[in-house]
Amino acid sequence: MDTILGPECMNSNEKIQGWMPRERFDELFGALSALGYTCYGPQVRDHAIVYARITSSGELPRGVTDAQQPGSYRLTHSEGGRWFDWANGPQALKPLLFAPRESLWRVARDAQGRLSFTPAAERPAKIALIGARACDLAALRLQDQHFLEGAYVDEAYAARRRNLLVVAVNCTRPASTCFCVSTGDGPRAASGFDIALTELDDGFVAEAGSPVGGEILGTLVFDAASRVQVKDADEAIAQGAQQQVRSLPSRNLRDVLFDNLDHPRWDDVAARCLSCGNCTSVCPTCFCHRETEEPQLDGTASGHLREWDSCFTQGHSYIHGLTVRAATRERYRQWLTHKLGSWHDQYGRSGCVGCGRCIAWCPVGIDIAEEATALHGGGK
Amino acid sequence: MNPKPKIAVHKFASCDGCQLAFLNAGEKFLELAQLVEIVHFVEAGMVAPDRPVDIAFIEGSISTPEHLDHIRAIRGHSRFLVTIGACATAGGIQALRNLADADEWIAGVYAQPRYIRSLATSTPVSHHVKVDFELWGCPVNTPQVMAAIRQLLFGVMPVDEHDKVCMDCKRSQTVCVMVTQGVPCMGPVTRTGCGAICPRFGRDCYACYGPAENANSLALGRRFEGLGLMPDAVARRFLFINNAAPVFAEAGRRWSGADD
Ligand code: SF4
Ligand code: SF4
Ligand code: SF4
Ligand code: SF4
Repeated sequence: MDTILGPECMNSNEKIQGWMPRERFDELFGALSALGYTCYGPQVRDHAIVYARITSSGELPRGVTDAQQPGSYRLTHSEGGRWFDWANGPQALKPLLFAPRESLWRVARDAQGRLSFTPAAERPAKIALIGARACDLAALRLQDQHFLEGAYVDEAYAARRRNLLVVAVNCTRPASTCFCVSTGDGPRAASGFDIALTELDDGFVAEAGSPVGGEILGTLVFDAASRVQVKDADEAIAQGAQQQVRSLPSRNLRDVLFDNLDHPRWDDVAARCLSCGNCTSVCPTCFCHRETEEPQLDGTASGHLREWDSCFTQGHSYIHGLTVRAATRERYRQWLTHKLGSWHDQYGRSGCVGCGRCIAWCPVGIDIAEEATALHGGGK
Repeated sequence: MNPKPKIAVHKFASCDGCQLAFLNAGEKFLELAQLVEIVHFVEAGMVAPDRPVDIAFIEGSISTPEHLDHIRAIRGHSRFLVTIGACATAGGIQALRNLADADEWIAGVYAQPRYIRSLATSTPVSHHVKVDFELWGCPVNTPQVMAAIRQLLFGVMPVDEHDKVCMDCKRSQTVCVMVTQGVPCMGPVTRTGCGAICPRFGRDCYACYGPAENANSLALGRRFEGLGLMPDAVARRFLFINNAAPVFAEAGRRWSGADD
């Protein structure tokens, strides 16, 4: 089974794992708020599972699962009443750290015409996110690399990142759009969490991934998980892995893509694509943004706004007097050749963690795995 | 000190709703009156349609023979001419008559059709005079109008906000209604500016802000068919408030069978 899970999968037997009976789950909320954390967790909102403020297990999506298809996301009933019996929702952790829209600084002009700049006062709350998936954590790792580990540290992201605690929940029920096995990023959360849980019928196998996670589990004084419980958890994750039906043709498509810049498939996908930017907006690794001014009506002050952008907008490739990628063919090709191609040069791996969001949340159901397969020489 | 720039707000064939972007602006409207001299704006009580202005805002489409002369006269004494709203920018919902026999409609609606004197078509201002900037929307909103004025006062052309509604929909963390409920949302072909207000209230966008740049209306129309809409219903998604905007008109013709 470990080979299916990929080399990143830790042998769970080497970890100390606790057993959190279902009826004691709410103690986790207590422990986190005692440490000053505001909890965010999965909830059913507007026909989807989204991360939002949460204070007790009663608000979790009990007995709910997600049926995902290209261009379609539906919640249905799941037998057994589990709380994490679904794959994912429209957003990973990205909006919590890389804000969809935020003011970076403000500039004001006084009566003498002097300008003064004030950075946005960022005092982010301490947030504990409960329910992060393996793919979410792999994406978080990539966003950290982009925003924190380059030549310039992004202050706004860094401030929020320092205050984030992550309770991961391993996937036992991937969606039909998931392909994290093929990218090597799931369905078991391998690293990047403070606490990881695996849900069984009567409770959770819990393990710590950081000192603070260990302290929290320590204060809750759970018994050690039994060998059977650990085995059941491992098997549930392995079964989840086996259920995945999608895959990318290779973990490194860089050369294939750049050798096929004139492939007819680009025209084919451009005829279907709306150039709407939903794929990049839901993608947990996409980081493109634009910066604009929001001047006050009297012209004496202006806020400097940053907001999510996308390689599917015209402004993304606009340089004075010229739009480099005016047509959808070039925009889609930019998305794929960057995400699956030049990310390897920039970040040492592909930018896809196999979450499948761009497939389900594409209004016309364009499937990145299918497009990559076609460009790779196979497929329809 | 330089005299304050002068502005005018003119009305053609329209419902007056776009003028509310000024009138409902509250304190902002008073602030605006400090920055500019409002020389003509009938609904606000200023009537001087023939005075030269720096910025003329035009609400409404060109729909009667008098409108043709009137819009040319305004162009002649305005430095910048900015259309506000779907009517002035794309012909408005009343442009639906361009697809029908206007006389027949007039005869069908009015008891005394001989009192009605209108053109056979309703057309955007840009078909008749040079337009410097277009603000889309049905109606336009206060922040949109104020942002355009601010930029013109700075001496630059306003930024054309032409991305798709989907971008703002996602930025506001709205859950997509098309993907979760299968309703025919026009967001992927529609210009941003409303803040994705319809999806935020759980319903599908109906394209009141007109076409976005690089709008693929044919791909979206095909998707609507896939969601189960009959061709006529697909056509009606496009032949609505901005029916005469070329990419919507094209999709409308295709699904209404007018292309066959
Ligand atoms: S490219 Fe698609 S599947 Fe891959 S990480 Fe982004 S949203 Fe998920
Ligand atoms: S891609 Fe993998 S980790 Fe992400 S939701 Fe699907 S199964 Fe879970
Ligand atoms: S691939 Fe889908 S989500 Fe992405 S821009 Fe095209 S239509 Fe929109
Ligand atoms: S709800 Fe409409 S506007 Fe929002 S993302 Fe979906 S298709 Fe686009």
